[in-house]
Amino acid sequence: MSETFVGMPAFPPPAFPAFPKAAREAVNNPTLRGNLRHATHTIRAKRARAVAEVSDWAALREAGKQIKDHTLRHLDRYLVQLEESVTRAGGTVHWAADADEANRIVADLVKATGEREVVKVKSMATQEIGLNEALEAEGIHAYETDLAELIVQLGKDRPSHILVPAIHRNRGEIRDIFAREMSAWGRPAPEGLTDTPAELAEAARLHLREKFLRAKVGISGANFMVAETGTLVVVESEGNGRMCLTLPETLISVVGIEKIVPTWQDLEVFLQTLPRSSTAERMNPYTSMWTGTTDAETADGPRTFHLVLLDNGRTDTLADEVGRQALRCIRCSACLNVCPVFERAGGHAYGSVYPGPIGAILSPQLRGTASEIDASLPYASSLCGACYEVCPVAIDIPEVLVHLRERVTQGGQVTQRGNKVVLKPAKGHAAERAAMRAARWALSRPGALRTGQRLASRTRRLHPRALPGPGKAWTGSRDLPAVPAEPFRDWWQRTHGGKDSGK
Amino acid sequence: MSSRDAILGRVRRALADVRQDDTPPVPERPGRYPQYDEAIDRSYLREHGDRSVKETVDLLAENLADYRALVHRCTEEELPEVLMRLLTERGSTSVLVPPELPPSWLKAVDATRVHDRAESTPHELDRVDSVVTGCAVAIAETGTIVLDGSPDQGRRRITLVPDHHICVVRVPGQVVSSVPQGLERLDAARPLTWISGPSATSDIELDRVEGVHGPRTLEVVLVSGTPPEAEVTSQHLAV
Repeated sequence: MSETFVGMPAFPPPAFPAFPKAAREAVNNPTLRGNLRHATHTIRAKRARAVAEVSDWAALREAGKQIKDHTLRHLDRYLVQLEESVTRAGGTVHWAADADEANRIVADLVKATGEREVVKVKSMATQEIGLNEALEAEGIHAYETDLAELIVQLGKDRPSHILVPAIHRNRGEIRDIFAREMSAWGRPAPEGLTDTPAELAEAARLHLREKFLRAKVGISGANFMVAETGTLVVVESEGNGRMCLTLPETLISVVGIEKIVPTWQDLEVFLQTLPRSSTAERMNPYTSMWTGTTDAETADGPRTFHLVLLDNGRTDTLADEVGRQALRCIRCSACLNVCPVFERAGGHAYGSVYPGPIGAILSPQLRGTASEIDASLPYASSLCGACYEVCPVAIDIPEVLVHLRERVTQGGQVTQRGNKVVLKPAKGHAAERAAMRAARWALSRPGALRTGQRLASRTRRLHPRALPGPGKAWTGSRDLPAVPAEPFRDWWQRTHGGKDSGK
Repeated sequence: MSSRDAILGRVRRALADVRQDDTPPVPERPGRYPQYDEAIDRSYLREHGDRSVKETVDLLAENLADYRALVHRCTEEELPEVLMRLLTERGSTSVLVPPELPPSWLKAVDATRVHDRAESTPHELDRVDSVVTGCAVAIAETGTIVLDGSPDQGRRRITLVPDHHICVVRVPGQVVSSVPQGLERLDAARPLTWISGPSATSDIELDRVEGVHGPRTLEVVLVSGTPPEAEVTSQHLAV
């Protein structure tokens, strides 16, 4: 396997159509557009209010950026330090170079407990590696416990948003999914379930409670890992995270290697910026922090703790001087909520568990730009820059998008699975490249340029108003700009830059 | 080659362009290089605004209530009465009790006490109506209470499984203004739970709904009349 696998293997098969094709379908779905518009506009206004409450937002954002950059610059040292502190605190650290290896490690750990089911806290990393499907293939049932993940899992659907994976569903659709599917997974939905959010939340509470109370193995990701203390942090709202992190006997956390922060103090920055950026709250309802396991006397939480450190394309991303800033991401999803493209195209069109602007720069770096969808993602943006503006760690997403466009069209050296390879330029840009080559030829030869310009001016009466062939559509609503009667340089010479009266 | 070595090797090769003249990372033992502090511009605020102790406590109450926690205020002497009233109004017949909850707090309470024991199963905890705990620190700006598993708070699960949590905060001793000040008071080695209002979700149309898996009712009792051990820390606040 030569490409890094990022998510969602079972349905549909891994070949996603290019973004424009997938987006076209989404844009023509009025229900989806309505759902997305409603949700993104709600959160946009709330986020702006939550951010305005803290007067030092710019300083927090800058500090977050610096902490993450510093960590990435010394990632090898911090990984080793983290391994030591987690081990010292009673945890076991595993290293996984790719999705297959991570899945195998987790499946073996679960099998070693003798259990056949696990409860899961929402985690982007485990979605990215397709852990649920890999466990299912080994005969292990993984139950998603985040409300939105549950909606996605029950609806045999794909997540479409980092924070709210079921953002594309409205309350009526959610009611139907619960009423139809819950009974096959456990406790059925209550009779006469309506579509009020409170009732839907109650149905999820009842459905999942029996699973939490009997669970022996929990699987999580983490928002942060503190290298100096070995502490892991999970930020959540519902309490499903607390259930999975404290009730089971065994806890397995799968975390991307870029989630490290060096010191305990560093949390003071991200615990201020993350909740306000993601759910637009001063603070999310629950944050759990744990350091390894507790001793027999304290006996608080799981007795066994495994940390699986995941690469899966992250070191390849780190090797790119421009693109590595994407690894600063704390998965808040503010960039999705402000993005005009995401608002209309929805998350599924991005063909990855990471949708929206951050997905457009993360997926092609984690997976490479070989597939149709990954080569198209850098273009899934109008480069308006709203994503950069809201990003709490100041990732310059437009800069990386342009950088990746260059990689797609021109090829060049990249790192894939730790090896340096040279990419060929993409096919299908032949006309553009030919035009650019012609321009380079003409602009570097003043004589040829002059002759060409004069020729164009003399023949101006013969020029068509509209383009022929494939350019026709563009001129359907525009005129081609008229060529002036005389080239600028000639005019300048003749009039000495307009000083002489001659026009 | 192990995956550990492979990943570390890839990281080092990936960073070939940035290794020179750069800030060294923090040391591997506690205490850190001053260079790390210099590398990070921490010009953000230690707290937002300039509040008196009383204003800070008021802000805590306000923010707790804003996220749907039920806030009560009383003196040390009134506390047993208040706890009795809250549990009676709720109709609780059983209450989980951490090992070193001050015995006087529950002296007026009739409900059966269930002790926080390692052997209890989650199903047993699920049959208990309420839980009463203290806390480690409360953060005013965000309306957050933090539990650290100290003997007056108990294991994490006892404040999770029962549907009704009453948390007693000593004011102003246990109250800080901001997240940075809160972290300073906490010990990373302890299992920590930060709680800001009752369980909630924004997963349906990004609209906040209270009450999913954690306790659906969170009551916070702010007890004034600073007990002796909090006097030292309260100076911290009176800046």
